[in-house]
Amino acid sequence: MNKAKVYPWYFAAVSVLLYTALSVIPGIIGIGYSFTDWSAYSKELHFVGLKNFIKVFSASDDYLRYISNTLTFTVVTTVFKTGLGLLLAMILSKGVFGKNFHRATMYLPSVLPILVTGLTFTSILNPKYGFLNNTLRSLGLDFLAKKWLVDPKLAFGTVMTVDIWRGTGYIMTMLLVGILAIPKVYYEAASIDGANAWQKFKYVTLPMLRQTLAVTIVLNVLYGLKVFDIVYTLTNGGPGHRTEVMYTAVFKMMSKGLYAEGTTISSVMFIFMVIVGYFMVKILTRNEVVE
Amino acid sequence: MKSKNAIISSILKNLLSWIATIIMLVPVILILINAFKPDEEALTMSMQLPSVWTFSNFNKVIEKGKLVRSFLNSMLYTGCTTVITVVFGSMAAYVFSRRRTPKFNMVYMYVVLGMVIPINYVTLMKIMQITQLNNTIPGIILLYVAMQTPFTIFLIYGFVSKVPVELDEAAIIDGCTPLQLFIKIALPLLRPALVTAGVLCFLNTWNEFIMPLYFLNSSEKWPMTLAIYNFFGQFQTSWNLICADVLLTCAPVIILYLLCQRYIVGGQTAGAVKG
Repeated sequence: MNKAKVYPWYFAAVSVLLYTALSVIPGIIGIGYSFTDWSAYSKELHFVGLKNFIKVFSASDDYLRYISNTLTFTVVTTVFKTGLGLLLAMILSKGVFGKNFHRATMYLPSVLPILVTGLTFTSILNPKYGFLNNTLRSLGLDFLAKKWLVDPKLAFGTVMTVDIWRGTGYIMTMLLVGILAIPKVYYEAASIDGANAWQKFKYVTLPMLRQTLAVTIVLNVLYGLKVFDIVYTLTNGGPGHRTEVMYTAVFKMMSKGLYAEGTTISSVMFIFMVIVGYFMVKILTRNEVVE
Repeated sequence: MKSKNAIISSILKNLLSWIATIIMLVPVILILINAFKPDEEALTMSMQLPSVWTFSNFNKVIEKGKLVRSFLNSMLYTGCTTVITVVFGSMAAYVFSRRRTPKFNMVYMYVVLGMVIPINYVTLMKIMQITQLNNTIPGIILLYVAMQTPFTIFLIYGFVSKVPVELDEAAIIDGCTPLQLFIKIALPLLRPALVTAGVLCFLNTWNEFIMPLYFLNSSEKWPMTLAIYNFFGQFQTSWNLICADVLLTCAPVIILYLLCQRYIVGGQTAGAVKG
C-alpha cells in the first residue's frame, strides 16, 4: 500500500495553514517588531535594537513583577490544584456514597465561562456587601472579613484561590479516572505483603499515576503561564499592578498604543514557552501508543 | 477494632466529599437563587430566598441585553468553529497518525506545539486588519478554528492508532479513494473521539472571551460572553438581572456537559492521558 497516496498530505493542509497563519506567524512577526519603536502615535518604524528588551528586564519598571507574578500564579495554582485534586480523587475512588454526583458537581466549575466565574466572585468577595464577608460577620468572625480583592497584600492570593476553586475539579476528575484504571490485583498483592494504606498509595497508586499526573501538571502550567480571563475580570491587574500578569500587561500596553512594549512582552513569553513547551509536548506525547 | 477504623474512615471520606462539593456548589446556588429576586432584594447576592419569585427578570435581561442576537451569534460562531475544526482536524490527525515518517512527525509536533505557544495579540491584530478579517464574522470563526485546532488534532491523533490499518488496506483493495476511505471507514470508527473533540471545542469556543473582546468591535456581532460582560458594566447593582444573564449564558454549556459528561471525561482522559 502506497501510504503517500492513501493518506495524502493535503488532508492536513487546511489545519496546518490556518494554525500557521493565525498562531505562529503573529508570534514570529512579533519578535521582529520587538526590535522597533512601533506605536499607535507614529507612522514610521525605527529599529531600536534591544531597547525594548532592556526595558522589560530592568528593575526600574514593573515588568519584572508581571513576569514573577505569572510564574508565582503558575506554580501556586498548579501545586494546589494537583494536591487537592489528588486528595479528592483518592477520597472519591472508594467508599463514598453518590460518587458520581460529587464528581459531576466538582467538575462543573471548569465548564463554566471563566468570565462568569470572575463576575460571580467579584460579588461574593465584595468587602462591604459580599456573600463571604456577610457570612463571616453573621458567624461573629468579623476579624476574618477582609477586603479580599482590594487589599494589596491579599488580592493576588484571592485571585489564585478563586482559580484553584475553578480548576481543582478538572484535575480531580482526570486523576480519578487514572486511579480507577489501576488494576485491583496490585492492591491485593500489596495487602498480602502487609502494606498499609499509606504504603499502598506511595508504592502502587503514585507510580501508576505518574503519566496522568505529568499530563495534568503540564496542562496546569500551560494554563497558568497564559492566564488572562480570571485576573482580568476579578481585578484587572490592580490594586496598583499587584495582580498584574503578562497577558493583562500586554493588553494594557495594546490599549495604550504602546505596541512595541506589548509585542516585546509577548515575544519574551513566546520564546520562553517554545523552549519549555518542547519538553512539555514530549511529556504529552510520550508513550502514546501503549496498546 | 479494624471495622471501627473502617467506619471512621468512611464517615470522614463522605464528610470531606460533601464539604468539597458544597464549596463548589455555593456560588452556583447563589446565582440560581438571585436570578429570581425582585429588584429591591438584589443589590448584592445572598442566600436568602426571594420573597417573590420574579421570572420577568429573564424577559427583562433578554430585552435589555439584546440576548437573542448574542445567542444566535454565539451559536453561529461556536457551531461553525466546531464543525470546521473537527472536520479538518480529524483529517490532519488521521494523516499524521498513519504516515509517521520523520517529516510528518515533525509537522505533527509543530502543530501540537500550538497548545503551548502564547498568541501575540498585538501582531495578530495587525494581521487581522491587513487581511480585512478584523471585526468580521468569518474572521472570528477562523481565529477560533486556529486556536482550537492543535488540541483537537492532539486528541484525535491518539485514537486513530486504535483503528486497525488492515481495514484501510481492505478498503483500498476494494477500490476506495482516499477521501472515501476516510469518510466511510475512518470517521465512523472515530466517532467517540470526534464527539469528545467536538464537545470540548464547543465548550471552549462558547466560553471564549478574549477574541471577541479584541476582534469584534460592533455590538451586534457580540457573542454571549461579551454581551454579559457589557451588561455587567451597565447594571452593576442589579444582581438579579446579572444572575439571570449568567444562567442564560451558562445554560447551553451546562446542558451539553450533563448530556455528554461521559464523552468529555472519558474521551479526554483516554486521549490525553493514555494516548
